[in-house]
Amino acid sequence: MDKFEVHRRDIEEISVLNIQGFLDAHTAPEFEEALQKLLREKRFKIIVNLEGLEYISSAGLGVFMGVIEDIRNHHGDLKICCANPKVFKVFDLLGFPSLYEFFDSEKEAVAAFANQQNATQ
Amino acid sequence: MTKKKIKKKKYQLRLPCDSENLDLIREFVGKIAASMGFEEEEVHKIELAVDEASTNVIKHAYKGVNLNNKSLLIEVFTYPDRLEINVTDRGKGFDPGKIKDPDIKHYLKKMKRGGLGLYLIKSLMDQVTYNIKPGVKNQVKMIKYLS
Repeated sequence: MDKFEVHRRDIEEISVLNIQGFLDAHTAPEFEEALQKLLREKRFKIIVNLEGLEYISSAGLGVFMGVIEDIRNHHGDLKICCANPKVFKVFDLLGFPSLYEFFDSEKEAVAAFANQQNATQ
Repeated sequence: MTKKKIKKKKYQLRLPCDSENLDLIREFVGKIAASMGFEEEEVHKIELAVDEASTNVIKHAYKGVNLNNKSLLIEVFTYPDRLEINVTDRGKGFDPGKIKDPDIKHYLKKMKRGGLGLYLIKSLMDQVTYNIKPGVKNQVKMIKYLS
C-alpha cells in the first residue's frame, strides 16, 4: 500500500506538487526530497496541492518550514491549496496561515503568482 | 457530580522504534477512540497527539543510547468518561520543565523546524503529564474526555 505519493506538474514557471495520502515522520523525507529537487532546479514558484492529503503531522509541517526561507530569499513563494478541513486545522493550530497563503483552488493559487508578477513589473 | 462506576479496559501495543509503525499506532488508538463514541474530529486529534508523542520517541529517545531493545509502548485505558493513553520508552528522556509554550508566530517567523510536537499534543488533548526517569521509564500520559 502506498501511504504517500508526490506528483509534480509544471505550469510554465510554476511547479505544482500534488501530495496525497498520509504525511508523517515516515513519509516526510519523500516530500522534502521533491521540494529540494525543485530548489536544485532553481524553481522557486511552488504550489503544494493538498487535495488528496488525508493526514498531516508536525513532521510534515516541518518540511514546509524548512524550505520557505530559501524560496523567499530567491524571490519565490510556496503557496498551499485545496486542504481539507481536517488537514487545514493542523496548519491553523500552529499559525501557518499568517505566514503562508492558502487557497481553496489551484487556479486561485496560480492567479496569485500572476498577480504578484504584475505587481512587481 | 454523580460518581460513575468505572469499568476500566486496557489495551497495549509494543513496537520497535521505527517510523513505519506510525500508521499502525494511529489506527490502534483511532479505532479504540471511535469505538468509545468520540466524534471523528476528536478521533483525529487523539491520533495526531499519539503520533506526535510516538514520533518524539522514534526520533529522539534512543539517540546515542546503546540498547538492544529499542521499543515503544502504547497503553490505552478506556473509562466511561475518558480515554487515557500512555506513550512509554526507556531512552534518555527529556526535561519537561524546559518545555515552554512557544510564541508560535515568533517561532514560525524564525522558520525553525521541528519541536512543534509537544505544543500540538498540549493543544489537542485535555490533560498531558510527563513522568521522566531516563534509562528506566519515560512516559507521556494524555487524557481526552468524552463530551
